[in-house]
Amino acid sequence: MSLRILVGCKRVIDYAVKIRVKPDKTGVVTDGVKHSLNPFDEIAVEEAVRMKEAKLVSEVIAVSCGPQISQETLRTALAMGVDRAIHVDVDATSYANLQPIHVSKILAKLATDEKIDIIILGKQAIDDDANQTAQMTAAMLNWPQATFASKVESENGSLKVVREIDGGLETIKVKLPTVLSVDLRLNEPRYATLPNIMKAKKKPIEKKTPADLGVDISPRIEVLSVEEPPVREAGSKVKDVDELLGKLKELGRI
Amino acid sequence: MAVNSLLSSSLLIGRIGSCSRLFSNKRFASTLIIGDHKQGKLDPITLSCITAGKQLGHDIDCLITGEGIGEATKELAKVDLLKKIIVADDPVFKGMLPEVIASLVVDLQKANGYTHILCGANAFGKNLIPRIGGHLDVSPVSDIIGIKDDSTFVRTIYAGNAIQTLKAKDSIKLISVRGTNFEKYPLSDSANVPIETLDKVNVKSDAVEWITSELTKSERPELTAASTVISGGRGMKNGENFKLLYDLADKLGAAVGASRAAVDAGFVPNDLQVGQTGKIVAPELYIAVGISGAIQHLAGMKDSKTIVAINKDGDAPIFQVADLGLVADLFKAIPEMSEKIDSFKSK
Repeated sequence: MSLRILVGCKRVIDYAVKIRVKPDKTGVVTDGVKHSLNPFDEIAVEEAVRMKEAKLVSEVIAVSCGPQISQETLRTALAMGVDRAIHVDVDATSYANLQPIHVSKILAKLATDEKIDIIILGKQAIDDDANQTAQMTAAMLNWPQATFASKVESENGSLKVVREIDGGLETIKVKLPTVLSVDLRLNEPRYATLPNIMKAKKKPIEKKTPADLGVDISPRIEVLSVEEPPVREAGSKVKDVDELLGKLKELGRI
Repeated sequence: MAVNSLLSSSLLIGRIGSCSRLFSNKRFASTLIIGDHKQGKLDPITLSCITAGKQLGHDIDCLITGEGIGEATKELAKVDLLKKIIVADDPVFKGMLPEVIASLVVDLQKANGYTHILCGANAFGKNLIPRIGGHLDVSPVSDIIGIKDDSTFVRTIYAGNAIQTLKAKDSIKLISVRGTNFEKYPLSDSANVPIETLDKVNVKSDAVEWITSELTKSERPELTAASTVISGGRGMKNGENFKLLYDLADKLGAAVGASRAAVDAGFVPNDLQVGQTGKIVAPELYIAVGISGAIQHLAGMKDSKTIVAINKDGDAPIFQVADLGLVADLFKAIPEMSEKIDSFKSK
């Protein structure tokens, strides 16, 4: 089978970091803060690599949009087993205003240029929490979408996908080409081993710009301010169940 | 993909719309709310969306799609704020596939010139709204928690650790609404909203097929709508122990939730998960049992009115957001609460 996968990789502040809002309220502090591959994208990469190992696909291409440093994220994906990577270079200032709609246009164009059959993305990035890119990319390409996937099986050239929905799970079948967005429980991403990290250094990263792809990245949304959320008032400890229930009754909560 | 039955009305509205543009776009701004339902019963998040729609201050139509949605339509007809309800009841909407519904919404937008399109930010809305954005070339605004004016919205980023205020510059605003931040619009028996039935729905998608759903059955209130939520974490140790929480929940009329750790450990199904990657809840009372309080969990519950933490580790981060904290072994405290709750409960 000669199917090709495009997998999206976003570099975000590491999930374990306690973020700080900038005093001028323009955003959050990113300088000198630990970054890593968006956890949902790690799952997307893992799924793509597993499909290749199962010989369902012939090539996996990772793509990341952002400044030069985004290449670190692509190296992580390459070390996990991705074949080659495309870095869509966006300078730091433009990147601060890059929105899912821009990334979707970039992905849609790359998917067409690279004759991609399956795009796999994380269901959301843990920085902007938008949860939009996969759905928008699918619409732009007029491909079906299988979002929040927790299980993916190949079936006669289609994909049978179990999705996480509000009341439980649902199963749909999508024809190729298609776009998937992955949920946390789809798989357990592998750690890149040292030999694979070394090998990844030799794998090619091709650099493009949004202009090369004919994508206008002027912002559609203007961020007016970013602020700290209201701090909850410090609570108190109670000594036993009686005191707890008594206080809840006083508060009218039970 | 024209919707035939719309043509007659849309021609007229289209003409009025294009004239009005000479004077002011704003005057004829109008909102479409996309309703959601579960097995034909209106999803309450739709009523939260209507409250958000009211804050925009424009005329509001509501679209409801599905197969066998008479009951949901009847409920919507009790929303006195609505100008009309557009009903698309057709087998093509089985499984509520976004490929199909997005096409219909795009047609409706073109016909009626909606400037604002809103849907609840549940799994349905999150799946649908960006797809409409892709078709209309509009950058959507996800999961808003506040409305400043009809193009300025408030939402959270970084798992609720920062609050972003933004201006949407596209001429159409596509928005998903966080249900817990907007009151449910009250139903009124005297309301009688006109219903427009789309009898010819020319939308379909051959590329996707809905096969089946497995829904978790529960007698308890729905997690995002419950006024009390009791959640268990890794400290519950196993799935069987969740029975302790179910017993207490039943006495309190509460819904049961879980942390990601409890879901990942297989204690409970994943639709119970509260957090950045699960459900966002803001009940009157949230009781966190055996939950440490990781950032990802706090993102899903920290807007609760009163938070109670029960944990044997007095240094657990959950105590920093809890109004009332009990440092105790949950295996003693929870049965004791179940036993004593009746004598404390307000009559």
